[in-house]
Amino acid sequence: MADALTAPHILEYPYTRSVGPILAAFFTALKDRRILGVRAADGRVLVPPQEYDPETGATLEDLVQVADAGVVTTWAWVAEPRPKHPLREPFAFALVRLDGADTALLHAVAAHGIDAMTTGMRVRARWREDRSGDITDILCFEPLP
Amino acid sequence: MSDPYVVVPRPVRLDYTYTAGTASSRFLRAIMQRRLLGSRCPSCAKVYVPLRASCPTCGVEMGDDVEVSDRGIVTTFCIVNIPFPGMAVKPPFAAASVLLDDADIPIFHLIQELPVEEVRMGLRVEAVWRPDDELEPSMESIRHFRPTGEPDAPFERYKDHL
Repeated sequence: MADALTAPHILEYPYTRSVGPILAAFFTALKDRRILGVRAADGRVLVPPQEYDPETGATLEDLVQVADAGVVTTWAWVAEPRPKHPLREPFAFALVRLDGADTALLHAVAAHGIDAMTTGMRVRARWREDRSGDITDILCFEPLP
Repeated sequence: MSDPYVVVPRPVRLDYTYTAGTASSRFLRAIMQRRLLGSRCPSCAKVYVPLRASCPTCGVEMGDDVEVSDRGIVTTFCIVNIPFPGMAVKPPFAAASVLLDDADIPIFHLIQELPVEEVRMGLRVEAVWRPDDELEPSMESIRHFRPTGEPDAPFERYKDHL
């Protein structure tokens, strides 16, 4: 519409989220470059950890440290990153099953192009220097040779 | 277990580009000339302000634009006492539905220049416009409404516009 006015319209909600005891431990451990999971009733290790067992609903509290390296179980290539995305260069959003974990964590994989991505590839966390106890303390995952 | 009272900032920000459409754009451009435009429905004869392309009640295309007064009547109001982030005016303040003269649908705006406890239904008010060089295509070109000093309008005058 040539004669219609347009204007920027920005909606902002300044939320602060209380994360609860299990995710509090998970986020706090990230400051020390440690990744925690929780052991479920059936023995599986869930990463990121959950407060309640996904099958039985029982309270979970047996925290377990897992490795900061693992396997890409599935991924989607982001050819044109948006302003809010964790990386400026093209990257993959991927589910990464860390060594010692039975479930996968969603994060970004910094690969040199879509051809460098494969399901089953091994990746390792690249850590931020100034960590604050947030998931962004892991800048991304990088392919291992 | 570690400190269970960890909180993390999780701000949400949504960047939109708002397109006003041709009808609202006409209304907004008229505001730059300190004019308030409505439109009359050819079916129910009600004057809608701001002007619109179609009547929301009858579903028909609106007739000609109608210029309405920048004076009117407070039909209903509320006093805002609780501050919230991004607030433009310091509480307590009055936000009111103002039925402009010649209009059938009230607009929503601030009432200032009298104590909030004196804001009332039927109060006669007029627009206080920004200076010429601060006019923009927005309802904020009207700073607020203030009392005209005229006698209050009787309930009968606005009872069908609440």
